[in-house]
Amino acid sequence: MIATLRRTMLFAPGNNPALIKDPQIYGPDSIIFDLEDSVSPAEKDAARLLVFCAMKSLDYGRIEKAVRVNGMDTPWIRDDVEAMVRAGADLIRLPKAECARDLVALEAMVEAAEVACGRPVGEVRLMAALEGPLAVLNAYEIATSTRRLVGIALSAEDFVTSMKTSRSADGVELFEARGRIVLAARAAGVMAIDTVFTDLSDEEGLLREARLIKQMGFDGKSVINPAQIPIVNGVFEPTADEVRKARRVVAAAAEAEARGVGVISLDGKMIDKPIVERAARVLDLARASGAKVGEEER
Amino acid sequence: MSRTSIGRDIPDSAGDLGKLSPFAGAWARAEGVSAPRKLLSAGRPTKVLSGIDEAVRRSGLESGMTVSFHHHFREGDFVVNLVLDAIARAGIRDLTLAPSSLTSVHAPLVAHCRSGVIRRICTSGLRGKLADEISRGLLEEAVLIHSHGGRARALREGSISVDVAFLGAPACDAYGNACGSSGKSACGSLGYARVDARYAKSVIVLTDCIADYPALPASIGQELVDWVVPMDAVGDPKGIGIGATRISRDPRELLIARKALAAIDATGAIRDGFSFQTGTGGASLAVIRYLRELMLARGIKATFCLGGITSQVARMLEEGLVGTILDVQSFDADAARSMAVNPRHIEIDAVTYADPGCPGAAVNMLDFVVLSALEVDMDFNVNVITGSDGVIRGASGGHSDTAAGAALSVVVAPLVRARTATLVDRVETIVTPGESVDILVTDRGTAVNPRRPDVSAALKAAGVEVRDIGELRELARSITGDADPVEYGKRVVALVEYRDGTIIDAIREVK
Amino acid sequence: MDILKPAVAGTLESCDAAVTVEPRPAGSLPLLELVVESSEGRFAAKVGVAARAALAELGVTRAKVTVRDRSALDCTIRARVLAACLRGAEPACGAEPVAKAAAPWEALK
Repeated sequence: MIATLRRTMLFAPGNNPALIKDPQIYGPDSIIFDLEDSVSPAEKDAARLLVFCAMKSLDYGRIEKAVRVNGMDTPWIRDDVEAMVRAGADLIRLPKAECARDLVALEAMVEAAEVACGRPVGEVRLMAALEGPLAVLNAYEIATSTRRLVGIALSAEDFVTSMKTSRSADGVELFEARGRIVLAARAAGVMAIDTVFTDLSDEEGLLREARLIKQMGFDGKSVINPAQIPIVNGVFEPTADEVRKARRVVAAAAEAEARGVGVISLDGKMIDKPIVERAARVLDLARASGAKVGEEER
Repeated sequence: MSRTSIGRDIPDSAGDLGKLSPFAGAWARAEGVSAPRKLLSAGRPTKVLSGIDEAVRRSGLESGMTVSFHHHFREGDFVVNLVLDAIARAGIRDLTLAPSSLTSVHAPLVAHCRSGVIRRICTSGLRGKLADEISRGLLEEAVLIHSHGGRARALREGSISVDVAFLGAPACDAYGNACGSSGKSACGSLGYARVDARYAKSVIVLTDCIADYPALPASIGQELVDWVVPMDAVGDPKGIGIGATRISRDPRELLIARKALAAIDATGAIRDGFSFQTGTGGASLAVIRYLRELMLARGIKATFCLGGITSQVARMLEEGLVGTILDVQSFDADAARSMAVNPRHIEIDAVTYADPGCPGAAVNMLDFVVLSALEVDMDFNVNVITGSDGVIRGASGGHSDTAAGAALSVVVAPLVRARTATLVDRVETIVTPGESVDILVTDRGTAVNPRRPDVSAALKAAGVEVRDIGELRELARSITGDADPVEYGKRVVALVEYRDGTIIDAIREVK
Repeated sequence: MDILKPAVAGTLESCDAAVTVEPRPAGSLPLLELVVESSEGRFAAKVGVAARAALAELGVTRAKVTVRDRSALDCTIRARVLAACLRGAEPACGAEPVAKAAAPWEALK
């Protein structure tokens, strides 16, 4: 199914049966079966078949099944797309997207595969991972390239290398890229997903980074280990106070609509539409965190 | 009238005291008082022998007798193999081997079983090659598998009567005061060995560190020890457990641990002044990590933690989160060190820990216990002794003791390991009866024993998703498919004794 | 599909299976020889069924196939058998690592 939240997108190495059999138990918002970096060139065929067979026969529940295919300039992309669309992938995540043309070309492949296997055209969504300086500069054109595109993601490892720097604790080297990506995503009305945090032993560092990107406006983060999921999801979990306020805002908006009143007011103050939208998102996040956002309390 | 050796006349008898024995010299009856302590030179007894061979000779051990050992050195133990080699050299046969447990380092015992030195085994656990061979019919006589509490009961009652206990100790003085928490092979608590020392007819301590007399307080006191045998090494520190036990990094085990803690918390068991125990196994040990975080966040403390102790629990004692540790077995060097330095880290023996027949088993004071499992079935029966192939590869340990004693017993396991379902229609072997298991927590969901509707209601009220055990079983089946049945022979190779001495299951030979 | 050269797919890691396919010389019987060696003996028969089903999907009727199973799920057995066969279906000479026989996706359910 298509995710409405993507706080965490969990990578699962595509050629590892132990790691792709049940990643959904860790509760990510999306699973990304990886056919790209975690798979050596000699094993591309085997990984593609393994993910295909797994998706065909295992029940991943109500969690978005994404696949990171190989790049547009590789000999594997056509087979990857055909196999994954047939296998039932909800989303294709394209690595090393450089410009809108890449996404348009990918969309054509996806559409051909949808038609060939009888899936409704347009069902498979796309996400682009931006990994180089040019990609970041093209963030907005990529974000608006096709109607299937639901988000753009930062992939920092290649990016910092291209930028002749390396990753640091405070992430200053990514500041511009993150800023542009989140700005482009918001302008285009798609999601912004942050890069992975690779030091598995540094939970404090992950927590700091997750707080930073949430504050910057990102929707979520790609993660490489299931143990990172509760930490990142925790950052996106609204506080009880936020939930209480949001619930009152949403209730006031519903009441105004029911009475056919254009102006929403709460405690004698007028409430703007953006505040209502933000409140609705807070309740979405709260529900995803397992909180009861009871109708009964309205 | 009769005359003492000093020449005083005393009556032959006196009222209720009956017949009297006249004094005959200060050491005249030394043998009678404390046989076989014969090395009484110049009134200064020495118990120190030249080596294991002499110890076997002096112990009075004969063919057909029962010898015992402890398993505090775990996979690092040298004592059992070396002593059995010496016993074989002495030509003694047909022994009952009654250690508190055996591990995979004891593979050399296979030869002693074949040659007839060992006729029968009573133990809590069996692993590795010895376990494989026993499952294939190595011994004529069935192995008796008992729980730690059940063994303590059997020794106390005398249903296992130990003739000679060979007890390795990381430190011991020349007069037999043995201690577990110092020396190069420090293993911490000697809780299981203390029961052997108390009830065996003859007690031999083997040590690689002779301490100055008096090495008190001692785990095993001089009043119980007949002989002391110096050795080069009683064990390999690597196998005994060096440093701190690491909390698992396996995300699946961490997930199960988090779910387990949420379920326990939902019952209200985690409140100021509670008590707990966690068993071995990644997920159950990992519960401690999340428990500690929860306790810090709430500002609550536990009165005591029981059982096998790890560095994490020792740290909680030092942080003031746990008031007292009752330690029957220390799993790592940090726990051993803690016992040596912290007055509230208290060594207890296996009777005090879990003996179901004694009036004061600590397991009965537990609020909750978290336990691992190899298999669990639809009736919540638990197998911790045989693999899904029917071969022995585990230990009963304190599983049934703590499950029975604790107010809430929680079993944690992945629903499926590789392709092997943990939740099955019928466990291969029952060690702990389902009636003493309250909650099963798996990576795919949590089920509550129908015998505990109160627990089920509490979990649901707290928003913890409770799944029917049959539904979880179907989920496991949908992933793995149905396994073909294990092909067993007719012969019984082991009997699983419940803690009260009744037999709860029989393990048959595997073809 | 004809198996033209020996090929391997998969690993001996837990949850995986290493599958070997070899051409069968003309005239040798049976045409299709399947050997299953499993770390989880109670599933060995099921592994054999899954492997045969995968061979049938590709129409492989003449080969020697060895499955060394490390407690893999059926879908993994299927994937590894398919991968080994597709690799073995390539001619031996001049084959590049990436240029394997294309999987007939439309035929795979």
